[in-house]
Amino acid sequence: MSGRFNLKRIGLALAAPVLAILFAMLVTSIVLLAAGNNPLQAYSTMLQQLTKPRIQVNILNSATTYYLSAIAVAIGFRMNLFNIGVDGQYRLAAMLAAAVGGAIAIPAPFHALVVILVAMLVGAFWAGIAGLLKTTRGVSEVISTIMLNFIATGIVAYLLTPGRLAESTQGSNNIGTKPIPESGQVPGLAIIPNAGRNEVYGLIVLAIIIGIAYWFLLNRTRFGFDLRATGSSEPAAIASGVDVKRMVLYAMLLSGAVAGLVGMPQLLGSSYTYSLDFPTGLGFTGIAIALLGRNSPIGIAFGALLWSFLDNSSNSLEFEGVPKQTVLIMQGVIVLSIVIAYELVRRYRIRAVARDVGRQLAATAPEKEAVA
Amino acid sequence: MIPISTDTSASAAPAVELRDITKTFPGVVANKDINLVVRRGTVHAVVGENGAGKSTLMKTLYGMHRPDSGTIALDGEQVVLTSPSDAIDRGVGMVHQHFQLADNLTVLENVVLGSEPRRGGRLDFAEATRRILEISDRYGLDVRPDVLVEELGVGERQRVEILKVLYRGARTLILDEPTAVLVPQEVDELFSALRELKSEGLAIIFISHKLDEVLAVADEITVIRRGTTVATVLPSDVTSRKLAELMVGSELPTPETRESTVTDVAELVVSGLTLVDRSGRELLSDVSFTIHRGEVLGIAGVEGNGQAELVETLMGMRRATSGTVVLGADDVSTWSTRRRRESGMAYIAEDRIRHGLLLESPLWENRMLGHQTQAPNSRGPLLDIKGARKDTQRIVEQYDVRTPSIDVLASALSGGNQQKLIVGREMSSEPTLLIASHPTRGVDVGAQAAIWDLLREARAKGLAVLLISADLDELIGLSDSIKVILRGRLVADADPATVTPEQLGSAMTGAEGAA
Amino acid sequence: MSATLETPAPAPAEQPKRKLGTSKWWRVAYLLTLLLLLLSVVRTITGVTNLTSSGTIAAALGLSVPIAMAGLGGLWSERSGVVNIGLEGMMILGTFGAGWAGYQWGPWVGLAVAIAFGALGGLLHAVATVTFAVDQIVSGVAINILAVGLTQFLAAELFTGVEGGGATQSPRIPPMGTVTLPLISSGADWVAKQGWFLISDAAGIVAGVTTDVSWITIIAILCLVGSWFILWRTAFGLRLRSCGEAPYAAATLGVKVMRYKYIAVVVSGGLAGLGGAYLAIVAAQIYREGQTAGRGYIGLAAMIFGNWRPGGLAAGAGLFGYTDALQLRGGGAVHALLLLTSIALAGYGVWLLYKRRTIGGVVSIVVAVLVALWYATTDDVPPQVAFVTPYVATLLVLSLASQRLRMPAADGKPYLKGEEH
Repeated sequence: MSGRFNLKRIGLALAAPVLAILFAMLVTSIVLLAAGNNPLQAYSTMLQQLTKPRIQVNILNSATTYYLSAIAVAIGFRMNLFNIGVDGQYRLAAMLAAAVGGAIAIPAPFHALVVILVAMLVGAFWAGIAGLLKTTRGVSEVISTIMLNFIATGIVAYLLTPGRLAESTQGSNNIGTKPIPESGQVPGLAIIPNAGRNEVYGLIVLAIIIGIAYWFLLNRTRFGFDLRATGSSEPAAIASGVDVKRMVLYAMLLSGAVAGLVGMPQLLGSSYTYSLDFPTGLGFTGIAIALLGRNSPIGIAFGALLWSFLDNSSNSLEFEGVPKQTVLIMQGVIVLSIVIAYELVRRYRIRAVARDVGRQLAATAPEKEAVA
Repeated sequence: MIPISTDTSASAAPAVELRDITKTFPGVVANKDINLVVRRGTVHAVVGENGAGKSTLMKTLYGMHRPDSGTIALDGEQVVLTSPSDAIDRGVGMVHQHFQLADNLTVLENVVLGSEPRRGGRLDFAEATRRILEISDRYGLDVRPDVLVEELGVGERQRVEILKVLYRGARTLILDEPTAVLVPQEVDELFSALRELKSEGLAIIFISHKLDEVLAVADEITVIRRGTTVATVLPSDVTSRKLAELMVGSELPTPETRESTVTDVAELVVSGLTLVDRSGRELLSDVSFTIHRGEVLGIAGVEGNGQAELVETLMGMRRATSGTVVLGADDVSTWSTRRRRESGMAYIAEDRIRHGLLLESPLWENRMLGHQTQAPNSRGPLLDIKGARKDTQRIVEQYDVRTPSIDVLASALSGGNQQKLIVGREMSSEPTLLIASHPTRGVDVGAQAAIWDLLREARAKGLAVLLISADLDELIGLSDSIKVILRGRLVADADPATVTPEQLGSAMTGAEGAA
Repeated sequence: MSATLETPAPAPAEQPKRKLGTSKWWRVAYLLTLLLLLLSVVRTITGVTNLTSSGTIAAALGLSVPIAMAGLGGLWSERSGVVNIGLEGMMILGTFGAGWAGYQWGPWVGLAVAIAFGALGGLLHAVATVTFAVDQIVSGVAINILAVGLTQFLAAELFTGVEGGGATQSPRIPPMGTVTLPLISSGADWVAKQGWFLISDAAGIVAGVTTDVSWITIIAILCLVGSWFILWRTAFGLRLRSCGEAPYAAATLGVKVMRYKYIAVVVSGGLAGLGGAYLAIVAAQIYREGQTAGRGYIGLAAMIFGNWRPGGLAAGAGLFGYTDALQLRGGGAVHALLLLTSIALAGYGVWLLYKRRTIGGVVSIVVAVLVALWYATTDDVPPQVAFVTPYVATLLVLSLASQRLRMPAADGKPYLKGEEH
């Protein structure tokens, strides 16, 4: 039973992303050639970056953040909910959590835990607004979360001014929240050899824990079953007793809570303050990676690492005279081609399974089926 | 457009001549060596039981697929039909069993779609209206062009479908189970319209399994069984019993049950159940009944008279406007679906693909569906996957679900095996009440017999069953008592030991007038 | 679309009839007059002339163009049954096309190229969703990601080193002409400046829409009217709409559903590109990264608000354009808007109570009071908060209106050729 099916299934599962990456490389190569650059040279320069310890650290660090963002999005995706608002949720959460972190002084590790908790609550709240609007007024969460993104931007801009939640950093044009004291900072992990003072974010552990929790919740709990059933077939879920409105709300809250964590590795691991140059756009990256990884915790991990690699090796391209934005094309094409590839693989798989089963059954007992 | 021919003499070429039509699908022979001749100016009925191959044949005639072998001749001319447009161009029009109408568009828009009259760049609404009214008046179809389709009743929608094909110059009409959703007055209106059409020289193919209607309206009847034509007879030469024998071939395992297992312990007591929708329409009116342990209560009714709403309200998927539902000792009227299931309600849904299965999940996950909060599927908040898999294996063996493994996706199973899995799953939670809605619809004959046996077994063990079915033989054979539902109300009781399908049929369609 | 919930169906009796009966037009006129009255009152009380000045109205008209075009694009696409979230990306492609072609060959070529680029984005979406039946929202989101990356890359490639340009913006695009109605414009302008109650406000509106109106605005209006005509008065339009209502039924009548979906989605991309052209050529006169600022999505909200019809869509776009214009004019205007919102919500709440919808009525009145308090206790609205006005307006509108709307019946569902529905 399982052996043959499993190998084939793994093969199929890998086929889509591999095809997508190859196709993206093809398209990018054409663009590079048209601009007069050497694609092979560009790719090898990027790959060489992998050997540098400092880059390795950066890849892991970016991947940690991307991973959390993608998991947040994936929770929604599994239920056919599109939480496009991860971006606004994480920024609002990070800012408010940073402000709280800078204002209190309690012993470690509670200080960091409080910051993380605040971030999760803010993220959940912000996503919950969209969830509530959907369940009570039927407002599409696609549009409401996008609007909430912009509103979050406004709120953050409003609060991040001197005199409100922020203060000017001395000697620069930067404005940020009050820095979090040492009791709230999370130390890094020196797991990459020869990296010198570059350390991997301590909260990579948190990302791994969230990944495991995500897998466990979805596959080993009743709640997860209900969630997946609703995403797979809402009428069947309703008939089976699922309260869909409540599920929508819970899923959005959960998704928002994880979204709130997205800014934590950076906040508690290196910047200790939310300032004007805190990274933006991580929510959309999360969407891309969730699509890449097809909402599975392992797939998302690979997707996050790939994306992170592309991001962090792009700077090296400048030395070859290739604009680093080339990487953006690769990323965009990968996303679009992978969703197409997944759809094709999915339909092929359904038909293949049906054929296999039909053949196996016909071999044992010929059965005439009703053609209604 | 095809020139009008009212010549119905035997020497004229038949409107439709199908010779040796064969069509197979992967694993299934749907049509084999079918021969059908339909003369102009006649109503020719095609009868056969569920799954005999009637629909497949009609799709071939309408150009929706090509036959593997055989020929089609229209008015004496051999043709190859590659798409419905071809069939339409050659004067063949199909009125589908499930209406192909867009609710948000007007009657006019639905009728002219694809064959719009134009003036300059614009759609000529005036011309369209004129032609529609002309056809409507000529054949007595009484259709209003400017009304949105969603506001029409079932009978009028069907007449719009007929007008659609007439508008395109159809000279041969195919009607697929046209009376399935009509009340008796509407059936009479339809039949008189058909006679009108026939007298103008049209040829009408009437697909049905309602034998008494067929005998009333057809000029000739062709019987199809197991994908092939068995006989062509005149209505004057047969009775409906003889027709049924021809349709079925051999003695079908009857669902008849013998000894009574009805106890006097009431399991389900429904009182005064009323359901009013947003626009004030009463979908259920003061419905009251009791089902005892060991009793099967059958509900007979034409589709669309409240059966689906009754089932959904009992399951908790809809909230009743008033009335109570008592299960065993508990008043469950305000309970959620999940709670009702947990306290002993089991449900075999009418549309298993939409409501009963997760098609892209393996069988063992489908076993959990509906029972994910109960053993052996879960322990507390966690799932017990091993337990579920083991139990799925048991169900597969016990209920003879034909599948190579329990990891197979539900979509890969045939309809009959899917249904057997569902029955097994629902019975496994040791329910006290089983709601079975059209439990053998779309299921092959062998699985149908198996499901009947399962229902009988459960009944013997004290299960209370609510059975909804459009198959009157199934209903009469399995039920201990029958009630008839009409327009959301229970209007009649029947004793399955003495009632006939014809009597039930008339009660279902109401002795009084139309809706 | 995404997991839909059982949103209560609209009561049939309250569905606006599709015929152009007198009742509908009278109702619209009545509402518009009421709105004008309200604006006048608030203007007089607060002294914020910006509320109805010709400058604001002109800006509102202009800012509503990109939103209206995005919304119209969404309408075309969804009327054929395809949800198009990728409008934002297609608009971005449009802004880039306008910038790149505009600075080299003039604004009209820029316009044409913008439409073409947007249409290409639409084509991509069509291929993914119609041919490959990828989930429509996923495809739209993917296209947005791709569009951002692509334009960033191309801008870096093509604009750095060119005078006036840079990695995030194009060089200046030569201006496109404008149209002014000679007598009406100056006459209305004079009346507007008199400060008379109601009449000056009305005059301000007239002046705003007749002075210095860009050609693209006129084209946009023509597109709106043309879309109505094509979709509701021609055979082509009927067939296209049938694909969004009952595609399988249409297929049985010989309608080539896939073809119409392709056309609709490509057109929707082109319209989004047109909206982008306005932003680049008229509003900013350059291409700038991020200049769409979510207008593609606001356009979708306008489409929903308009119940998937061009007339309602135009009203929605106008509303959002107006809030956008006010927000640009500074905090004072938005502050006055608070008063207006408060009065409007209070009125709406009273009407709801009259209709015996107590919960809605009470909520509306409570919110009205809160907003009034906000107005009373502050002098000004800080710029960052003013910035969120159009987005909050969108949310409000969607929350209030969502339940009475009817989207095309087969919208968002993948069409698989040959399958029974």
